[in-house]
Amino acid sequence: MIKPSVMGISIIFKNNMTHQNMLYAIETQGITKHFDEITAVNKVSIFVKPGELFGLLGPNGAGKTTLIHMLSTMTEPSSGGAKVWGYDVAREPGSVRQNIGVVFQDTTLDDRLTGRENLDLHGRLYGLDSKTRKKRIEEVLSLVELADRADVLVKTYSGGMMRRLEIARGLMHHPHVLFLDEPTLGLDPQTRLHIWEYIKKLNKEEGVSIMLTTHYMEEADHLCDRIAIIDHGEIVALDTPESLKTMLGGDVIMLELENPDDISRLCEIYQKNGCANIVTEKMNEVFITVKNGERQIPHVLSLASNAGISIQSVSLRKPTLDDVFIHYTGRAIRDKEGSEIETVGYKIRSRRK
Amino acid sequence: MVSASVNRAVQTVYTMWLREMIRFSRSKSRIIGALATPLFFLVILGAGFSSSFQVRGGGAFDKSYLAPGLIGMSVLFASLMGGVSIIWDREFGFLKEILIAPVSRFFVALGKAIGGVTTAMIQGILIMIIAWLIGVHYISIWGVLAAIAIMFISGIGFIGLGIALASRIESHEGFQMVMSFLTMPLVLLSGAFFPISNLPGWLKTLVYANPLTYGVEALRFCLLGSSTIPILLSITVLILFAFLMIALGGKLFGKMSV
Repeated sequence: MIKPSVMGISIIFKNNMTHQNMLYAIETQGITKHFDEITAVNKVSIFVKPGELFGLLGPNGAGKTTLIHMLSTMTEPSSGGAKVWGYDVAREPGSVRQNIGVVFQDTTLDDRLTGRENLDLHGRLYGLDSKTRKKRIEEVLSLVELADRADVLVKTYSGGMMRRLEIARGLMHHPHVLFLDEPTLGLDPQTRLHIWEYIKKLNKEEGVSIMLTTHYMEEADHLCDRIAIIDHGEIVALDTPESLKTMLGGDVIMLELENPDDISRLCEIYQKNGCANIVTEKMNEVFITVKNGERQIPHVLSLASNAGISIQSVSLRKPTLDDVFIHYTGRAIRDKEGSEIETVGYKIRSRRK
Repeated sequence: MVSASVNRAVQTVYTMWLREMIRFSRSKSRIIGALATPLFFLVILGAGFSSSFQVRGGGAFDKSYLAPGLIGMSVLFASLMGGVSIIWDREFGFLKEILIAPVSRFFVALGKAIGGVTTAMIQGILIMIIAWLIGVHYISIWGVLAAIAIMFISGIGFIGLGIALASRIESHEGFQMVMSFLTMPLVLLSGAFFPISNLPGWLKTLVYANPLTYGVEALRFCLLGSSTIPILLSITVLILFAFLMIALGGKLFGKMSV
């Protein structure tokens, strides 16, 4: 697979790109970042094709944002290197910046300005002339459906509107590569669906290569052509969402045990009997990946009762990215997230006091 | 190629200036607040001082004497604030948008500085006009124009200092501390409120080490026609200070990470 997609080639011609050796929109070679003693990103090598919608999936603190910061020239790599749209992030940061759009996790809008003014200043900083700016502002505003709110102060925008404006701004200067760091974090489900639509639309209509980070499974599954699962700064799996799921080899049977102490014994039994390809555990639950799950349930249950282990509930489902994630990292992505939301909630409450 | 990059630099400076101007035009209450303090000083201290004090060797110690000092004070406040507002840009995220743009950070800092100086000059000029309306007498229109130029030069120096500080201060709590430890001594030690010709030795050293002193003295020369420090010395010090601070501010801002 060292061939750019057809779509990628058309983009290259459209923009008169003269990079003869550019096969990838983004390529990293063992890129690494240390902060004091912590290794945030460890020897990551990924290749993103032009026109691709590529997802980085991982829990908070996995190194996604650090990777985006390095690729967008905000942070210098400790070792290894990367090229974005054919330009080296360390040696040609100016050219990289001209060719990328970035939507950071936290808002970077000036809330004392109107939406239109934010876009206009951005266009000026990227060297667009007045005519191009005017035309482009209308285009991106209509893309994210903010034209009717363009002339009010950003202060009055909702979270979803601000995120849409930021996406619009990131597109102002026709970037070839767009980085979206947690584009739907903290948004309500409806707004999230909207943002997904925009992301898909601009990937198709504007032909932009996109790298987005997320810790929402559905988001990665729904949007991305390919996904890299990243944990502790390393890529643990990389493929299309479908292949990642079929790689698990079938359906998932979930068993809830009465006594958590029995878990390891049960796992052992299943592995020894060869009835499951993969067995994983989480709290007092055991996940078994099998082919023809419906037919396997009785066998699985009888093995448990023979061993004297009582089971509280059984469920069967088709594999999701969650299962993929648990398989590769040994834990659910939600575990961490839950506790984090609790702390945030706590902080907000204590600040109000 | 050269003209394209010059064009780009001018565009960058203009963009940053434009942003400051839009924000300034939307903060009317801030402008009124910024004008109120020096005007209270001018009216109340002016009346109070002139009723009891006289400058040694004759000469009234009244609102005319105070006016250049208060113009200098408002230029100092406004330009330091203009530089330090980078802390706010970082706090509210806009700084990232600037830092990731494909433009030279030095010109970003310069645009920010010129924007801040413009607001400082507008405030200084407004105080100059209001003081004139309530009876402060200036020697000539040329003196007034020269005073505006002085505001520009000293404003650039202080805004450079503000940017340098902002590039190093991590939080806005730190900013509060710096502001109170910096602005009050600078104003009190500048000769804005008292003549500097007969000071005790220790105070004289501090006053002469304060860049604002030269700004106030230069304004006094331009507007009232006489000053303790020779005007050429004042202007030389102000220009050196401006270059030094803008170079320092630009350098530290260039190294800044988010």
